Amino acid sequence: MSDNRIMVDIRGAEKDFGIVMALKGVDLTVNEGEVVLIIGPSGSGKSTLLRSINRLEALTGGQIFVDGDPLVGPDADIRKIREETGMVFQDFNLFPHKTALENISLAPMKVKKISIEESEARARKLLERVGLGDRGDSYPGQLSGGQKQRVAIARALAMEPKVMLFDEPTSALDPEMVKEVLDVMLDLVKEGMTMMVVSHEMGFARAAADRVVFMDEGEIVEIGPPEEIFENAREERTRKFLKHIL
Amino acid sequence: MASLEQQRGPRIEVTDGALLPTRGDGYIIDSWRLTIAFAILALITLIFIAKDPYDQIFRVVIKGAPLTFGVTAGAILGSIVLGLFTGLGQIARGRALNLVAGVYVELIRGIPLLVQLIFIYFALGKFFRLDGFPAAVIALSICYGAYMGEIFRAGIQAIPRGQMEAALALGMTRRQAMRLIILPQTMKIILPAIGNEFIAMLKDSSLVSVIALRDILRRGREHVSRTFLSLETYAVVALVYLVFTLVLSKLVAMMEDRMNKNER
Repeated sequence: MSDNRIMVDIRGAEKDFGIVMALKGVDLTVNEGEVVLIIGPSGSGKSTLLRSINRLEALTGGQIFVDGDPLVGPDADIRKIREETGMVFQDFNLFPHKTALENISLAPMKVKKISIEESEARARKLLERVGLGDRGDSYPGQLSGGQKQRVAIARALAMEPKVMLFDEPTSALDPEMVKEVLDVMLDLVKEGMTMMVVSHEMGFARAAADRVVFMDEGEIVEIGPPEEIFENAREERTRKFLKHIL
Repeated sequence: MASLEQQRGPRIEVTDGALLPTRGDGYIIDSWRLTIAFAILALITLIFIAKDPYDQIFRVVIKGAPLTFGVTAGAILGSIVLGLFTGLGQIARGRALNLVAGVYVELIRGIPLLVQLIFIYFALGKFFRLDGFPAAVIALSICYGAYMGEIFRAGIQAIPRGQMEAALALGMTRRQAMRLIILPQTMKIILPAIGNEFIAMLKDSSLVSVIALRDILRRGREHVSRTFLSLETYAVVALVYLVFTLVLSKLVAMMEDRMNKNER
């Protein structure tokens, strides 16, 4: 999209779990404002790739730069990178002992040292933005799956990240709740957020993704615009996989 | 946690898909109430109706209560701190820390509390003079700290991995994540288990009577040696401990209810 500032630069990423090689030398660059969807069969390494960008999984080889900052090596500042990358998980991982508002305001307060008043005011705005302005005092246990995931997105946004990582954000949701989460994500796309999304939501891909990455057995098999990948994939493996999920 | 209240018969609490009968069964007479009513009635009957020699015994014995409470309270605090660090040590990423915490737990759990108490007071007394009270608090804390350590470790490990990941992904340090996210949730899980330890500590505090601390039991023993009223005296001692223990167990249960009322 817009300019060509590289936001995420993955170079030869390797992850060896001992029994399996989850990533076998992956190269991928994501530009500022770009939306990249990662698809692939389970065990293809797509979640591992996403989780290695903020080092929830430590790479065993290769390097990743987030907005120019290295993830591995003596100059790596992992907390800076984590502040700059927001992550949304499949099963929300909201903090059950904190209200929705506290879930959102906690990290800005404790990590960025923003005052309680300001971080709560910002949290309120974020709740409005994800359509939950009236649920600030609810605990996660009182929210539906879709509402939880929207709070989780707001929580990640509260750190004002440069990149948002979504790890199967709709997989744990009942079908009728998928749309409310995808709508929030589409809003983010409109605002120009750089996003990497592991998901099989083809509707979202067609509506919003700039590129679709197909991974299999720890490698990137094919990259292209959604139409091209979905209708006209070059690789046999891609076509076979898509036949299963479409 | 929606509960079906005001309904006779076993009360069922609806948790995440699991139906669990709760401790209170909805009847006015439950086992806790029955036991404490018996204990208090028995004490009142003895002291105010049978009177001699029970009123005298009670006055002597109850003077030991402050010491019993003091030792128990000190040991509760000490063992929580020790248990917390032991639990953290066992799950820490340093091998040396794991070993130190692990050996402490194995060592202490393998030696009876009475032996530890006598060792600290009499054997170590050869090198430095410890007063009875600090010796008792230290011995109980060290002993129960090992058990608490196991409880903390299990409690921390019961918190889903995603909680730590979410906290780290937001830029928190491991220490912040532990303090703000993991431990508050752990406390809630382990409260019933550490509550049981509190009650056990109250009862085991009676062991300190061997190191010349004048707690409830010690006062009773002294009284027996003066009057030879062993049955009468030890009956009162037993009833007094029973009342204290039942009250403490109720306090722990109330704390649990309060914690459960929050969230959800």
